[in-house]
Amino acid sequence: MTTGKTLYDKHIDSHTVCQLDDDGHVLLYIDRQVLNEYTSPQAFSGLREKQRKVWRPSTSLAVVDHVNPTAPNRIALINDPGGARQVSYFGENCHDFGIELFDVLDKRQGIEHVVAPEQGFILPGMVIAAGDSHTTTYGALGAFGFGIGTSEIEHLLATQTLVYKRLNTMRVTVEGTLARGMSSKDIIMALIRRIGASGATGYAIEFAGPGIGALSVEARMTICNMAVEAGARGAFMAPDDKVYDYLKGRERAPSGELREQALARWQDLKSDEDAVFDMDLVLDSSDLAPMVTWGTSPDQAASISDTVPGPESYDTPSQRRDVERALYYMGLTPGTPLTDIRISHAFIGSCTNARIEDLRAAADMVGDRKVAEHVRAIIVPGSTAVRDQAEAEGLADIFIRAGFEWRQSGCSMCLAMNDDVLEPGDRCASSTNRNFEGRQGAGARTHLMSPVMVAAAAIKGHLTDIREMTEEA
Amino acid sequence: MEPFISVTGTAAPMLAANIDTDVIMPKQFLKGIDRQGLDRGLFHGLRFQEDGTPDPSFILNQPAWQGSRFLVVGPNFGCGSSREHAVWGLQQLGIRALIGTTFAGIFYDNCQRNGVLTIKLDPERHQQLADVISNPERNQITVDLEQQIIALENADAVPFQVDTLKRDALMRGLDAIGTTLERQAQIMAFEQRHLAQNPWLK
Ligand code: SF4
Repeated sequence: MTTGKTLYDKHIDSHTVCQLDDDGHVLLYIDRQVLNEYTSPQAFSGLREKQRKVWRPSTSLAVVDHVNPTAPNRIALINDPGGARQVSYFGENCHDFGIELFDVLDKRQGIEHVVAPEQGFILPGMVIAAGDSHTTTYGALGAFGFGIGTSEIEHLLATQTLVYKRLNTMRVTVEGTLARGMSSKDIIMALIRRIGASGATGYAIEFAGPGIGALSVEARMTICNMAVEAGARGAFMAPDDKVYDYLKGRERAPSGELREQALARWQDLKSDEDAVFDMDLVLDSSDLAPMVTWGTSPDQAASISDTVPGPESYDTPSQRRDVERALYYMGLTPGTPLTDIRISHAFIGSCTNARIEDLRAAADMVGDRKVAEHVRAIIVPGSTAVRDQAEAEGLADIFIRAGFEWRQSGCSMCLAMNDDVLEPGDRCASSTNRNFEGRQGAGARTHLMSPVMVAAAAIKGHLTDIREMTEEA
Repeated sequence: MEPFISVTGTAAPMLAANIDTDVIMPKQFLKGIDRQGLDRGLFHGLRFQEDGTPDPSFILNQPAWQGSRFLVVGPNFGCGSSREHAVWGLQQLGIRALIGTTFAGIFYDNCQRNGVLTIKLDPERHQQLADVISNPERNQITVDLEQQIIALENADAVPFQVDTLKRDALMRGLDAIGTTLERQAQIMAFEQRHLAQNPWLK
């Protein structure tokens, strides 16, 4: 008996150059890759040492995003010598190997996972690998994207392929529609809490169901982006008309006759009716409350109306130890209502939530209100194009008037590899994807949440249930 | 890449769950364009105190576990950022194998590409091994990739399994790119067909 194929199988089958063994290893052809300045240098050095060429330079796009400053007045100069060296070596590599680069001052610069879709560089049916774990973002366009390390970048540049082992498949069917003020970030955070930070390790997740269909393409990107925080090595969604509309007119997306041809072929990009998944889950999005993290792992999350949990609510001694350590690091006492947690910083940025729709939603929440006096609130748009658009739409004015810093694009405080770093003990409401110890600065404490929730926290000065804010307004 | 056949040495327990690559290699060590000096960065926040001296409470600083060649790690070790610097650091500090229950995907592949063996055991066996090596008197083990066993002193050997392809590459210390490039003609033929079918991918 033959069963149908999942969307994942279709991607892998159509990109398999040859099978390598009976354990599921294949040589996988990669359509595109995105390069950044901090995970690529040693890959290029490897090529240079062995005098190897880049197989097909036109399949790569290079973006400076991790180490560049985001000060409001942008200059090419980077003060930090390590970062400066990475950026200049990156430029040299792109030049010598014939790869297109969006440098710091380029109008198209931004966070790689925001820039690549924006440019129409990512298309349905593609397989994409890149030296950054959030490459899963591209699944929202019906592509299969996954993160790789530097040795693999070198392998990919030299051969256009990777030695790849097939994953198991998981389907997450999202039922229901989100209540007002809720966002796709709450869906993915609820899923991570439910299955755990390694709940999807070894899996590619396909998100399906009416709850996904109802979301915009950008909102879907947030979900695929953060799926890696549950351990998924790929996350995607079948493309639909929203995706095709999104691609229309973008710089590198096909147009005219070629688009028609592509559209015809993309119709097949969905799991067959009788496809069998290794795991099948259902998540109802209509009864979700806004999510926030209280700990140091993305699965240490709760609804905003809850209290900080104690170790005793966990089953195993090792879990209880992990929770104790997280609470100690976060400086939190069990039983504290989450809405009582006072913040010192608010950050809206990152490849998870700094697209134009995120900024629109946040600006809507801000309205004429002001940032609380004791809070330093920062907005770092996902790309320079997003920044320009937000200025054109008047969103920047709303933020600036409210007391937010309005900065240039980059990864910034998402991982604090540039000069946007928190101090020990700072507590930040953040629209990013990782709340690890030290992620935003040594000793700094991160609470993950949606951008609207960050905006609300910035205004109130503490974690806040936006459902109450909307009623007040 | 240094081949891995059979290695004997100390194994240290690091059993917390979800030890991420930000913890394994903090960001201040990611500013290089080469792979040098990452041994210093490894577990930096845990290994060193604020004044730069070793933190005596950290397992690898304790006399019984100094110079460990193996780490017995908790679930989902290596989650988070794709930074291969984490593995280069482990390698530079002399760690040859990691023994856990689950590893994060990118990290797992990065280990393979650098000759660091990753062994997955079922939770029960893993716990037994962790109990043994947490005893300073019994923390010497031999990891034999050829026979796929972990040999312990005064206890039964623990069998494990690694995919043949990976095992072969590790034991021979193969250059993966060179191996793939032997299939150059095949890749080119595939590429031609693929681009003809999907001309918008050109
Ligand atoms: S914004 Fe954050 S998560 Fe995204 S690529 Fe940059 S550092 Fe990584």
